[in-house]
Amino acid sequence: MYQMKHLLSIRQLKREDIEFLLSQAEAFKEVLSRPIKKVPALRGKTIVNLFFEPSTRTKLSFELAAKRLSADTVSISKSMSSLEKGEDLIDTVKNIEAMKADCFVIRHRASGAAHLIAGVTKCPVINAGDGTNEHPTQALLDCLTLKEHFGNIRGLRVAIIGDILHSRVARSDILALMLMGAECIISGPATMMPKDIEALGARVCLDVKEAVKDADCIICLRIQRERQGGARLFPSLREYAMFFGLSPEIFSLTKDDAVIMHPGPVNKGVELSPELMNIKQTLIFQQVTSGVAVRMAVLAMLLAGQ
Amino acid sequence: MLDLFIRAIRLIDPFSSRDEVTSLLIINGRIEAIGKDIDAPSAVNNVIDGKGLWLTPGLMDIHCHLREPGEEYKEDIASGTMSAVAGGFTTICPMPNTRPPNDCASITRFIIEKGESYKRARALPIACITKGQKGEELTEFGDILASGAIAFSDDGLPVRDASIMRLALEYSRNFDCLIISHAEEMSLSKGGAMNEGRMSTILGLKGIPSACEDIAVYRDIRLAELTGARLHIAHVSTKEAVRLIMEAKQRGVRVTCETAPHYFSLTEDAVDGYNTLSKMNPPLRTEEDREAIIEGLKDGIIDCIATDHAPHSILEKECEFERAMNGIIGFETAVPLGLELVRQGILDELSLIHLFTKGPASVIGIEPEPVKAGSMAEFTVIDPEREFIPTKETLFSKSHNTPFLNKKLRGRPVLTAYNGKIVFKLK
Ligand SMILES: [Zn+2]
Repeated sequence: MYQMKHLLSIRQLKREDIEFLLSQAEAFKEVLSRPIKKVPALRGKTIVNLFFEPSTRTKLSFELAAKRLSADTVSISKSMSSLEKGEDLIDTVKNIEAMKADCFVIRHRASGAAHLIAGVTKCPVINAGDGTNEHPTQALLDCLTLKEHFGNIRGLRVAIIGDILHSRVARSDILALMLMGAECIISGPATMMPKDIEALGARVCLDVKEAVKDADCIICLRIQRERQGGARLFPSLREYAMFFGLSPEIFSLTKDDAVIMHPGPVNKGVELSPELMNIKQTLIFQQVTSGVAVRMAVLAMLLAGQ
Repeated sequence: MLDLFIRAIRLIDPFSSRDEVTSLLIINGRIEAIGKDIDAPSAVNNVIDGKGLWLTPGLMDIHCHLREPGEEYKEDIASGTMSAVAGGFTTICPMPNTRPPNDCASITRFIIEKGESYKRARALPIACITKGQKGEELTEFGDILASGAIAFSDDGLPVRDASIMRLALEYSRNFDCLIISHAEEMSLSKGGAMNEGRMSTILGLKGIPSACEDIAVYRDIRLAELTGARLHIAHVSTKEAVRLIMEAKQRGVRVTCETAPHYFSLTEDAVDGYNTLSKMNPPLRTEEDREAIIEGLKDGIIDCIATDHAPHSILEKECEFERAMNGIIGFETAVPLGLELVRQGILDELSLIHLFTKGPASVIGIEPEPVKAGSMAEFTVIDPEREFIPTKETLFSKSHNTPFLNKKLRGRPVLTAYNGKIVFKLK
């Protein structure tokens, strides 16, 4: 089995790593459907969730994944964090490590924060989202959801629409999907397209209608107003919904059996029309379930051998 | 005082356009004679064999940060001048962004006097363009110049308001003094942590587009043209900035410029892995920019190499990339990085040394101590093949923030003489 120390990014992974994690996740998904949803894999291990940025869903998903592997978890969220008192990130982590933690799951507003932590601790570090860099477990759960739905990721045409610039989900998704042999087309306001994004292998198509044409999957990204800082990158939510939101009309341009995904939480009526929320082609809840399974697979891989 | 005979050394002196093997006799700190045929008098038993070594005029760095007064935990004038002479520099120009900033005659005098007290290098301060570097009111150019400053710059914090910059350039004409521009359009660099491009996209870091520098370079060139003042552009890092300066020079605008060794040695790829030791402002750019900088050095569009030696403590670099401070130390790595251009056949030896001596001297308009009979001994001896690895233990700077830390470099100063004394000698 491939032995990796941390999960910091999709960029660090090879195709075989993703395949391995997906197969493990599929096995764990079976555990989740049992009446007693627990295996003893990580009994006695302590996993510390460091969430310096608010996120109910991802934190809960990691906590449940850990508990289902019988690990103990503690979580620090932003309000409790001593960071606000000016203590630095490295100190915080070293202090917690001295209390004998076994693994850190970190979400932080600075790109590279997980890499920084990985450099100062002996524990495995899992990146649960660093700034505008990556969110690797989200990409893995998106891959798992697509694999389960279509049987295979290779050859799928995936259109990612929205705020690519500030989206760590988009970066990780593009890298993972390309690695797995899918085609990635990205679209959205030109003010939200990172420079030289083609370097990641995605194709930019500013015309949303063109971008979704014949797609197998549309990933709508969440508009994150809090990340935009300074001037707004588009004139209004109304205009965004009109030109970049996924509506039934736009969705009708995709392949007949196309699906919709969204990393959540959805701004209904902005990036996604309410009419599309509860149709069977929308896999948002399957994504959430896949999330727990994928995180179990990651935790088990990083900690089981220790 | 120093008595020394240097036998058969390669003298590379851009001031006299000499590149030849010769011998030097120094008696009582003064160069007594230079010539192929001279020999050591029997009274002088301090003899250096110059085989494989170069002797150049004392190197000059017109852009550095010594951090004193105010941030002595990063560097002070004592450690800064020691690091400078270990890098071969006998004349250095500290930028005014100290705490408080050097915006008056008394701080300028303090830096000069403190510099002189260590007797190893000449510190010629650059003072602020505006009081407190606030970009609002001009400093007392006349009084500050009379105290020994050699130029004005709000380095680190550019003069935002074009009308204030115009005012500074206009007023500088009364004294024909030099205004140095840190060219950055702040509204485009806000929040940015590295060059905007492929690598910033891969790392998810907010980028600073090269247009941010180009726009500011153009603004200041136009203002220099408008006012007829002398303008120097600091740390040029982009292809377009080089082109703009070339055009301005062709039009007869009184503009000069410098680049720093990292801009011709590294690209944005050095930031990968969130390496804060590669974080500086302007940021490392692309390979295309790097090549344009090298071309600029070759064609003489870039007048000199300056280090932008910018010490920071470990605390200011061991943190999240976006929070890490900008800047790297540069005195002790400049010569080997420059020599790389010679080894690659881009520059000949005389041209490289020009960029470290006559080039910067003409920019700031000073005539340093020449290497000729009758002068006080002030020179740098370089071993172009000597390999070394800069480490925390071996660097003379108080700080160790350099992307070349623990990397093998080739070629370095082995002896530096200033004012008739040996101020650095490599063991
Ligand atoms: Zn500067």
